[in-house]
Amino acid sequence: MATEIKTVKSDGLEEFEANRDLKLHNPEDQNLTTLNLGPTHPATHGIFQNILQMDGEKIVSAVSTIGYIHRAYEKITENRPFYQITPLTDRMNYCSSPINNMGYHMTVEKLLGITVPKRAQYIRVIMMELARISDHLICNSILGVDTGAFTGFLYVFQEREKIYDIYEEVCGARLTTNMGRIGGMERDLSPKAIHMIEEFLKDFPKVWAEFETMFNRNRIFIDRTEGVGAITAERALNYGFTGPNLRAAGVDYDVRVMNPYSSYEDFEFDIPVGTNGDTYDRFMVRNEEVWQSLRIIEQALKNLPEGSYHADAPHYYLPPKQEVYRNMEALIYHFKIVMGEIDAPVGEVYHSVEGGNGELGFYLISDGGRTPYRLHFRRPCFIYYQAYPEMVVGTSLSDAIVILSSMNVIAGELDA
Amino acid sequence: MELTNENVLGKIIEQFGIDNIWDAVNPDGIMTFQTNRETIIPLIQYLYDDKELQVRFLTTMAGIHYPEQKDKELCMMYQLHSLRHNFRLRIKVFFPINDPVLPTLTNIYATANWMEREAYDFYGIVFSGHPNLIRILNVEDMEYHPMLKQYPLEDQTREDKIDTFFGR
Repeated sequence: MATEIKTVKSDGLEEFEANRDLKLHNPEDQNLTTLNLGPTHPATHGIFQNILQMDGEKIVSAVSTIGYIHRAYEKITENRPFYQITPLTDRMNYCSSPINNMGYHMTVEKLLGITVPKRAQYIRVIMMELARISDHLICNSILGVDTGAFTGFLYVFQEREKIYDIYEEVCGARLTTNMGRIGGMERDLSPKAIHMIEEFLKDFPKVWAEFETMFNRNRIFIDRTEGVGAITAERALNYGFTGPNLRAAGVDYDVRVMNPYSSYEDFEFDIPVGTNGDTYDRFMVRNEEVWQSLRIIEQALKNLPEGSYHADAPHYYLPPKQEVYRNMEALIYHFKIVMGEIDAPVGEVYHSVEGGNGELGFYLISDGGRTPYRLHFRRPCFIYYQAYPEMVVGTSLSDAIVILSSMNVIAGELDA
Repeated sequence: MELTNENVLGKIIEQFGIDNIWDAVNPDGIMTFQTNRETIIPLIQYLYDDKELQVRFLTTMAGIHYPEQKDKELCMMYQLHSLRHNFRLRIKVFFPINDPVLPTLTNIYATANWMEREAYDFYGIVFSGHPNLIRILNVEDMEYHPMLKQYPLEDQTREDKIDTFFGR
């Protein structure tokens, strides 16, 4: 083996020596300060550690350490039947769980060759766009907190609560939703759920407009964010950026448009792009995406097709519970599905959805067994967070916090 | 030019020869083919530089372990995307587990850095020339590479969590 695993010494200094990037930038004659930012720092919104080397206020180099909440999801998925993997995907990007759930469901449906009815696809679009709103809402309002504005955060959190109430009405859970099933939704949108979504569409724009008024032209906010943590489009692409972070740099790559899934091609919406790729642009792109999501939900709700809310795939889709008590076939399928005794066909698929923070991809290899042979998650956070050291070098500590929060890094997704 | 799987594959084979590109399949609309360790980096560089293809986005990399395949136990999957043409392709390199060395991709794609560290961490694949090949998600004093198929999900000797249906 060319490289041995480096052992961590109990002595803090030697551990520090093992870190090559820091050593490179640590000449004897400069009086640099080493600062440990995280892993449990209140301003990092999650468990990230960054060892910063500072020359006074200025960051000279940074090294990120991740893996603090690694839960071996890829290993677990190789030992679980397909339907038991959905709850794991909730816990990746927990700010927008439905997108993860449905992305995974669509991947398995692609493997199984199931076509989901239009109505189910539209319901999925509605739920995914609500999830995107709640994701962007959290990210942007917390960016406000990090620049010193607490009001906006508390104000829009009430709206997130309403989104969670809608989740609760649709699937019964709020944060880790486990929404839908392989083959569609577990139940139809109830009249109450439709009413709640309509109410949300009526009330939320006012709140979001007020939020934008508070920030978009705010002198203090612009001073703190404009030009901070800028990344060029070339660098961003080289680093594998996707989602709002890439679009802020001026590249209009959106999975919903480039490779439409779940009937996104039926809807009219715009892709906002920024120009500088700085913190302010990322904030503005997310703000605008919220408006676009509202547009999509409005269209989907207006044109919600009639029909079934799930595909006719009895081998994979759980029968209604009352049928299980009355109907022999339903009982058999119920038993087989719950016991994980359904074999999937041999195959290899990649499916990606536009997650809250970028292209969320699922690479699934099935060897014909009851569990995936290999399921790889393309986690957007994991891929773009490695640009963080490059983005913070030359800025100050307070800017580093703002950059981290504007990148929308979710610890659960980062570490999977 | 409209990019189709066939004409892109033809172009690649023309450049690198039929001996280096083989087993082209299309499992899910994404063209997948195999290549060898010597060709992988020049191939990805060629795809990056080519004016027509402009494959300049590395979507993901994933290691895969096939314990039954003699001398082809490990596989590294590279998935690339041409954002200009919305064309994806997937390249696989198989190599023996006794000699798990691949050339690094970090000189072309900065994003390969952590992806390669992840593959090293979970599969023990060594990327020669990588700037900082250390474990990324697991603890640094771990002595094995946990995603290899010989390692069970949980400690087999535990008796408090026996699951007769799914096995532990």
